[in-house]
Amino acid sequence: MILLTRKAEFSSAHYYWNDAWSNEENERVFGKCANRNGHGHNYTLEVTVEGEVDPVSGFVVDLKELKDILEREVVSVYDHRHLNLEVPEFAAGPFGKIPTTENIAIAIWERLQGKIPNARLHRVRVYEMPDLFADYYGER
Amino acid sequence: MGVPTAYLSRRYRLSASHRLHSDEYSAERNREVYGKCNNPHGHGHNYVVEVTLGGPVDASTGMVCDLAELDGFARTNLLARFDHMNLNTLEEFREVVSTTENFTIEVYRIFERFAGAKVQRVRIEETGNNSFEYSGYR
Repeated sequence: MILLTRKAEFSSAHYYWNDAWSNEENERVFGKCANRNGHGHNYTLEVTVEGEVDPVSGFVVDLKELKDILEREVVSVYDHRHLNLEVPEFAAGPFGKIPTTENIAIAIWERLQGKIPNARLHRVRVYEMPDLFADYYGER
Repeated sequence: MGVPTAYLSRRYRLSASHRLHSDEYSAERNREVYGKCNNPHGHGHNYVVEVTLGGPVDASTGMVCDLAELDGFARTNLLARFDHMNLNTLEEFREVVSTTENFTIEVYRIFERFAGAKVQRVRIEETGNNSFEYSGYR
């Protein structure tokens, strides 16, 4: 089995807010991340897939195809968008999750699951900054 | 479906000096084993300490642990203790050589005391070319 990792980048705005809490509670827990005007990051996404090497092509997956899948399923939806306002999984309301690095990694896993031919998702890693990142392996 | 488990990693930077030297070895053997790292006056590194914590993502915060709490813990228990210090002068390295292997194990033990989430791995880059990991296995 081989693990293969492809990177992609997107730049997005977000803020952290829990509607069930008071303004004071949101500010206490989330600090400056609770600013409702939002702020932004240059995110780096690393998607690692696992699979067997095809004896004919020598590939686990076609990297160009993987790049196109990341572009279609993730980058085109997240890049230069406000995650809370424009991306359904983070929209305000009962099903919207707070767009933390952890939840972004989980959401990207869910967006990609079943979409990559001939390989299984192994890990989704999202860097919010070079010194802060979250990993998700599909564990529940 | 259960609560998803995720892993959060944070990188901290600290600069410290050390000298690799074992009292078990003769002076000559120390020079042989540790080479220029045995220089009696010591030398230093810009260490990058990468700490990975894991756990269920809290539904109300979307987080594995509170980052401000983690940074506060690191400031007190990692940076204040080791940054701009000579590792060989510290209690932690009185019995063991101040290799980055031993430093990594020490930092893992420190973060085992962090109550916000369970430490999964500590990885220290001694230089851009050398890094060491410890996940608690014995």
